[in-house]
Amino acid sequence: MKTALAVLRKDLLLELRTLETIPAMALFSITTFVIFHFGLNRPTVDGQLAAGVLTVTLLFAGILGVNRLFVAEREQGGFDAFLLAPVDRSALLVAKAGALFLFLLALEVIAVPAFSLLLLGPSLGPALPSMIAVLALADLGIAVIGTLVSALAVQTRARDVIGPVIGLPLLIPALIATARALGPLLGAHGPAALPGKWLLILALYDLVFALIAYAVFDFLLED
Amino acid sequence: MPTYGKGLRGLSILTFATITVALILVFFYVPLDATQGFIQKIFYIHVPLAIVSLCGFVFGGVLAVMHLRTGDRRYDMRSYVAIHMALIFGVAALVAGSIWAKASWGHWWVWNDPTLVSYLIILLMFATYMPFRFSIEDPERQARYASVFAILGGAFVPLNFIAVRAAQQYVHPRVLTLTGSNLPGPMLLTFLVSLLGIALLYITLWKYEMAAKNARIQLRALRRRLLGDDDLSPLQRSAAPSL
Repeated sequence: MKTALAVLRKDLLLELRTLETIPAMALFSITTFVIFHFGLNRPTVDGQLAAGVLTVTLLFAGILGVNRLFVAEREQGGFDAFLLAPVDRSALLVAKAGALFLFLLALEVIAVPAFSLLLLGPSLGPALPSMIAVLALADLGIAVIGTLVSALAVQTRARDVIGPVIGLPLLIPALIATARALGPLLGAHGPAALPGKWLLILALYDLVFALIAYAVFDFLLED
Repeated sequence: MPTYGKGLRGLSILTFATITVALILVFFYVPLDATQGFIQKIFYIHVPLAIVSLCGFVFGGVLAVMHLRTGDRRYDMRSYVAIHMALIFGVAALVAGSIWAKASWGHWWVWNDPTLVSYLIILLMFATYMPFRFSIEDPERQARYASVFAILGGAFVPLNFIAVRAAQQYVHPRVLTLTGSNLPGPMLLTFLVSLLGIALLYITLWKYEMAAKNARIQLRALRRRLLGDDDLSPLQRSAAPSL
């Protein structure tokens, strides 16, 4: 756990100093909202359409973060250094998933208000508490699967392509659950009740993939 | 080194016989479906193909677990061949399903059917298995990473079905549910024989591909002994494992 915290601290520090990932993700999401505005030819969206636009945008912005996640380790020998250190290898998974989770949260702090400003018809306020719960669970799923996929893809030659191509199908169930849970919250006539079924599915999905990731991650580091 | 050709002839004959019997049952024994008529007969090919290919993906995942546990690279090859064959069966199932959908629902593709959609997602996921393998150069790392991928995919198969099924209403007829079968007797019999035939076909083809891969590797080893390492043409980079 101490190792994980140390690596997480390193990643956050690196991000704060270089600002490579989060601003790019945020900018990408805002641009995507503009694209959706023109693509859908609508001034505002609500209900399931709004949920879909938001979820898809966050997912694709998240993929940018996934692609960058292990780049520093690969380019600057961080993997070798980590393997040389007498520490538990799963710590890297925890740290990287934690970093990605925090990146996604930071992204949403920017992207969700921007979405509300640019595209969302109904006001954001009343739906916000439930939305935070749904998005936090979704972020957890993207963080876990994203870390695993990023670690898989970073050692391949076509890593920029392989990552999203493997990651997106794996994330479709999470996307379904997130979009369906958010849909009623963003209804045109104020938020409806949060559909508990989707939260449960999302939580289950996160849990199962967290366990799988924990079980197989070590094999991605052996050399 | 094991040879995979053992019992292959008997198995091939058995497969051929079972599929022949299944086809005879499909065309001459089982009654026409009351609502769909003749086109419903594609069900006896489409559903077994889909079930067998999903089992093939899970089988590939189990073999991948064995590979990571034992470190024996032959398990990686078995896992690769299992997924390779499952992919081929999967594409065939998708095409057959599409034809059936066109005939009975009027569209080549229907989004509101969870089984179809989850199947497509799984196929999309496994379609990256080959490019993924291909883009890792070091064979040892390729084997390890592919196994991680296969385990991920194997676990994804049931999870994805749960998630997608929860999302939509059922359009697809539920053939086998946890509470038992919804088919009348003759149809069930025909279906089970078809399922057995397709499953045997999968196993036979799996063994054939394993035997072929194995023979190629042994041949290469013999050539190396005969010619020495220098005169041997270098291995081409490939998605397939090379022991």
